Amino acid sequence: MIYLDNSATTRPLEEVVDSFAKASRLYFGNPSSIHKAGLQANQLLERAREQIASILGVLPAEIVFTSGGTEGNNTAIKGIAYTYRSRGKHIITTSIEHPSVTNVCEQLKKDGFEITYLPVNSSGRVRVEDVKNALRDDTILVSVMHVNNEVGTIQPIEEIGQLLKNYPKVFFHVDNVQGVGKVALDYHRSHIDLATISAHKFHGLKGTGALFIRQGIRFDPLLSGGGQEENIRSGTENTPGIVAMAKALRLTTENFAEKVNHMKAIQQYFFTELSMIPGVKLNTPQKNCAPHIVNFSLPGFKTEVFISALSERGVYVSTTSACSVQRNEPSKTLLAMGCGDDIASTSVRISLSFENTMDEAKEAMKAIKECINELKSVMRG
Amino acid sequence: MIYDQILVRYGEISTKGKNRGQFIDRLRANTAYVLKDFKNIKIRAHRDRMYIELNGENWEKVAEPLKKVFGIQSFSPVMKVEKDIENIKEGSLALFQKLGVAGKTFKVATRRSDKTFEYTSNEMNQMLGSHLLQHIPDLRVDVHQPDYELQVEVRHDAVYLTCEVIDGAHGLPVGSSGKAMLMLSGGIDSPVAGYLAMKRGLLLEAVHFASPPFTSEHAKQKVIDLGKVLAEVSGKFTIHIVPFTEIQQLIQEKIPQSYTMTTTRRIMLRITDKIREQRNGLAIVTGESLGQVASQTIESMYTINEVTNTPVLRPLVTMDKNDIIAIAEKIGTLAISNRPYEDCCTIFTPQQPATKPRRDKVNQYEAGIDFDSLIDKAVAGVETIKLEAGKDYDESELADLL
Repeated sequence: MIYLDNSATTRPLEEVVDSFAKASRLYFGNPSSIHKAGLQANQLLERAREQIASILGVLPAEIVFTSGGTEGNNTAIKGIAYTYRSRGKHIITTSIEHPSVTNVCEQLKKDGFEITYLPVNSSGRVRVEDVKNALRDDTILVSVMHVNNEVGTIQPIEEIGQLLKNYPKVFFHVDNVQGVGKVALDYHRSHIDLATISAHKFHGLKGTGALFIRQGIRFDPLLSGGGQEENIRSGTENTPGIVAMAKALRLTTENFAEKVNHMKAIQQYFFTELSMIPGVKLNTPQKNCAPHIVNFSLPGFKTEVFISALSERGVYVSTTSACSVQRNEPSKTLLAMGCGDDIASTSVRISLSFENTMDEAKEAMKAIKECINELKSVMRG
Repeated sequence: MIYDQILVRYGEISTKGKNRGQFIDRLRANTAYVLKDFKNIKIRAHRDRMYIELNGENWEKVAEPLKKVFGIQSFSPVMKVEKDIENIKEGSLALFQKLGVAGKTFKVATRRSDKTFEYTSNEMNQMLGSHLLQHIPDLRVDVHQPDYELQVEVRHDAVYLTCEVIDGAHGLPVGSSGKAMLMLSGGIDSPVAGYLAMKRGLLLEAVHFASPPFTSEHAKQKVIDLGKVLAEVSGKFTIHIVPFTEIQQLIQEKIPQSYTMTTTRRIMLRITDKIREQRNGLAIVTGESLGQVASQTIESMYTINEVTNTPVLRPLVTMDKNDIIAIAEKIGTLAISNRPYEDCCTIFTPQQPATKPRRDKVNQYEAGIDFDSLIDKAVAGVETIKLEAGKDYDESELADLL
């Protein structure tokens, strides 16, 4: 198996699964319990929090554990929107966000919120001027993803943060699910108020994630209950999952530069090889792109068929994002980048992890070429 | 790496006459302890300055723990160049280019402790200033409020260039003023009192009273976590945990409600004093602030303090609660103190404690109760925990999981 769908999810590292198993067996206590088992679970949980905070360069008190990206984005956006609605009901986001941001915004519309969806340029990047021009007196939140999940474009987060520094009433949320562990981002220097991460995107386990909430920011919780996580996220903490996440983040960010260069080299290989195939259009921009995503289109092809054919050869990639694939719609991001329907509905995404090797890339490339040749005659008749 | 060492300026140490050597040794030892994870650094402590040779270590990472060391007025990353004007010019330029100063303002301030150097301070300022102006586009001079101040120190061995001054923790090196015991409850005040006492050079060991099962493991952990924060100042910190259940039960049984708090405090002070004696301390530090609660009225202090003539230092005595909270937040103990676990002070609080307890009355109540043997028993049963900065107590198992 050559697994090249790491933006959909990653394979949990062995050490991470071991930690999960061991923590589940040994530290099963409820961290809120008074007895020793509770205390130990609590200690472990707080150690994990410290480790995650330190890797992200933030304070432990700024980390709230969640079940993942969707919950993080929902908590942040709805929390800010409903708590600060008296200040204004205008939210700015982009036209290329993950559904867990876009659909939250759409839901908020029903409650009278106004949403501005910013356009992107042909490489999928938001312009800081557009953010500035969209700001109004009643704007309470700007939500921009760090790395686009479909094409890999890196958004100008630090520049937007610098801009928003001058608008103290506007909160800044960043969906960092695709960026963390791939592209460095300094939350504090970028003046980010809230940032979402999800463990299964960096070799942790599904069902765990974290929300960074800058110190001093309070808002109403999405999930009410026992008041865990400073009352932002009630529910008994998933101690083993959180421990596994801390370990995954540590292992993913160890020798970070080396890992990034490794992925870049493989990415570059795909860029070069794919651009030599007639009829293939590369969608991932060469500049300002994350090191792990290669998105290309095969106009005239049915991409599901192409992906199944690749799958038969043991190479796993996806059409755009896994979360949209079931609906069989053209890629929202590619449409926003100005691509036509033929390009937007025939895109294929290769997404890498530091675990992938150049040999795998070569083998995958061979399979891709074979599939294109094989299907070309059928598709284009 | 453009910087090759960190220059450390002493605070009040420089005014200490003959004891200066001791103070500097202490600071050097504390600094070495706090920086012990940086294997390559070398510390040289001189009479008036201390130098930390980086030998490839990242100076910003070294700076973080250094900011917390008492006895340091300020410090600067420095570039050492040979005492030759061309070298100095080249070094200054490299430093400025690295900082990305285009479009900013600057000034040059030269100081010569080596007065035999061939140029005067003013000549140096002019030469270096014009060299930088010629080579960096869009750089302007502003001698009043410059964005960057290039400090040039011409010393006997070499010339030191620096552009940044980072404020230190001030105060005196921990340990330079001797040793005292800190009564650490787990609340907001006592860690702040400890911090301020350490700032004046005291080496502290904490005494904490635990009354299991009335107080939980969480409460004990809280105190250990507070100790870890305080350990960052000096590198290590010791906590003595006193088993207090039996005494508290006896007090509840024998002493009238309104005076249980007063007697409890008197006995805590007696126990602390005994531990102090064993540990060769010379004072007791508490987090009391005048009038804050019933036990901290001046009458209470007078009555409680009767049991010892060891100096009881109360760094917070005149401070307002909000000011104390602000310090707690700054030093990182507030969030820990705010954890909701009860300690032995809160668990047996009477409904209406006497706010003006009298010595004669309390002595009358305590007469005939055999506290002495229980006090000795408690002191004998003390559990001593030694904490080190950055190191976790009994958590190797946990570290393995993460």
